[in-house]
Amino acid sequence: MQITSPAFKENARIALHDAGLQKALGNLKEGFPVKRSTAVARMPEFEQLRDEGTALKNHILENLDIYLEQFEANVIKNGGHVHWCRTPEDACKKILDICKEVDAKTVTKGKSMVSEEINLNDYLEKNGVEPIETDLGEYILQLRGDHPSHIIAPAIHLNLEDVSEIFHEKHKRPKSSDPKVLMQEAREMLREKFAGADVGITGANFLVAETGSTIIVTNEGNGDLTQTLPKTHIVVTSIEKVVPTLEDMTLFLRLLARSATGQEFTVYNTLSTGPRRAGDQDGPENFHVVLVDNGRSEMVGSEFQEMLRCIRCSACMNHCPVYGAVGGHSYGWVYPGPMGSVLTPQMIGIENAGLLPNASTFCGKCESVCPVRIPLPKLMRHWREDEFSKHLSPKAVRWGIGGWAFFAKRPTLYRLLSISSNLFLRVMAGKKGHIKKIPLAGGWTDGRDMPAPRGKTFMSQYKSRKQR
Amino acid sequence: MSKTEILGNIRRGLKRGEATQDQKQAVTNRINKHARNIVPQRAQLPHEQQITLFIEMATEAAAQIYQLESINDVPKTCAGWLQDQQIETLVTASDEEITSLDWSHATNLTCVQRVAEIGDAASLTTSFAGIAETGTLMLHSGATSPTTLNFLPDNHFVILKRSDIVGPYEDAWQKLRDKTKGDLPRTVNMITGPSRSADIEQTLQMGAHGPKDLIILLIND
Repeated sequence: MQITSPAFKENARIALHDAGLQKALGNLKEGFPVKRSTAVARMPEFEQLRDEGTALKNHILENLDIYLEQFEANVIKNGGHVHWCRTPEDACKKILDICKEVDAKTVTKGKSMVSEEINLNDYLEKNGVEPIETDLGEYILQLRGDHPSHIIAPAIHLNLEDVSEIFHEKHKRPKSSDPKVLMQEAREMLREKFAGADVGITGANFLVAETGSTIIVTNEGNGDLTQTLPKTHIVVTSIEKVVPTLEDMTLFLRLLARSATGQEFTVYNTLSTGPRRAGDQDGPENFHVVLVDNGRSEMVGSEFQEMLRCIRCSACMNHCPVYGAVGGHSYGWVYPGPMGSVLTPQMIGIENAGLLPNASTFCGKCESVCPVRIPLPKLMRHWREDEFSKHLSPKAVRWGIGGWAFFAKRPTLYRLLSISSNLFLRVMAGKKGHIKKIPLAGGWTDGRDMPAPRGKTFMSQYKSRKQR
Repeated sequence: MSKTEILGNIRRGLKRGEATQDQKQAVTNRINKHARNIVPQRAQLPHEQQITLFIEMATEAAAQIYQLESINDVPKTCAGWLQDQQIETLVTASDEEITSLDWSHATNLTCVQRVAEIGDAASLTTSFAGIAETGTLMLHSGATSPTTLNFLPDNHFVILKRSDIVGPYEDAWQKLRDKTKGDLPRTVNMITGPSRSADIEQTLQMGAHGPKDLIILLIND
């Protein structure tokens, strides 16, 4: 997918004026956060689960190499294969090789953000293998030539009408605006594809070192058909997803469903351990795990290590005021919202993604709902520092910060300036107490009025209180 | 070699070389203990209350539950339900529990034992455990229980014995380890209600790609 992160500001401006998108984003705000808080209220141990999940992830990261090798040994013991891939190119090439080995024409795909990250669909298509997305949201997007704007609700930027139109156009059936009919249509269209595919590709939510198993978590059942019907099952996943035991996986499953969709449990939690066994009447004959690194191993031991705790629940973006206003596509790459603002610079470079860690109000809501307590605002601040130290921040920002530093280091001057701007803004505001337009700050005042400062400055209040 | 580089990067980050024998042993010991993390209170009820909770949670997840006095009531119950839906064929697993059932009175119904195929309207399988915590069924693959039966047909009947209901997921894992001596079957399915999706306008619709109806036949044993 094309990277448009450098155009975040322009993307966001367009998104704010896109009536359809704004309507669709309205559904998000009333959906996930409400459901999450209901589910959390029903689980009195939720905060303890978060603490344990955080500590467990930290333990895993401290022993990541050992757990990965254990996982690999157990996959092989069960008759599967593990492929280690440093780069997206390595991973795509490996997957294509496996497809070619079995002479695959079509592959069905369960929902996988890692496959988006490595841009797998384009690669397969270019090399003569047709990928078919089977998750309803992903399927809609593939028909439209579109990309996910959310990590668990990929088509959240679309409205019913958009789905209705594209189905009518591609399925050549009478147009319907009934979501039930549309879903039934997708179900029927994909049935034959499931059975006809030579290879099924899924992601994984966790990898279990103890057993060499991978697990997928879905509500639709498409992932299960994807991995059960074809002769070859490829799991494309990433190195930070390994957990020690089934019990440890269970802890994260309890956290994941509630943090993500607010469900008590996702409908299908499916564990895959190697290929079909002697006597099995169905299931894949070949089982491959493609382990993608793509910069993650370099995060170990760095100031961004905590990001590797992420279990991709999407709670951070569901609660983010910026995501809620501009949607996922504005971020310009695969991972949007707060988690994306930390991960994207690592994967496509801070020189391309510098605007993302800046697109935050630092309200802290993301950190407060993160099931594994990732300090997302702190990590975004690290990227801002990195951007500044590499001289990548825009001139206006550098001059602004430089100017502020000049005054901040000279308290008398700073106070004089704050008293005079306080007065100036009040005069501008007049009796209403609001300023409609401020020179050079049109971007801010276009959408809202600026309230004039009230009362005295902090320092003068401080002084007068001290005297009391 | 990608593997060497990836592991090298990780170790550099952890400021150590390859893990020592002691470090590896510590990890192996931790795995072998199968230690439980916090198990929610709600999953630690006495068995009778677990059954009540299972029914409550599975119903909330939109599964249908029929409580049967005996496993011999299964054919009658399936036949009645399927007749209402005008479905004439039931594809079943071949566990002994199912093959030993007497279907002779279900005259309107043809039963076949095989893997599921596209177009199948209904299937019948057993289950390995019921997990009260969230009303979740645990099924696993094997020579007599093909996985496709759990996903392809439009309607899925599952036999669950009351004695197989446990409180938390952890008890089900232990039960599975005991049964399989640690060698996991190829697939373990945890199923909580019928298939669904909210991908169109965040509005929940039932019956996406998996079964549209999940019917649990809860047997009093």
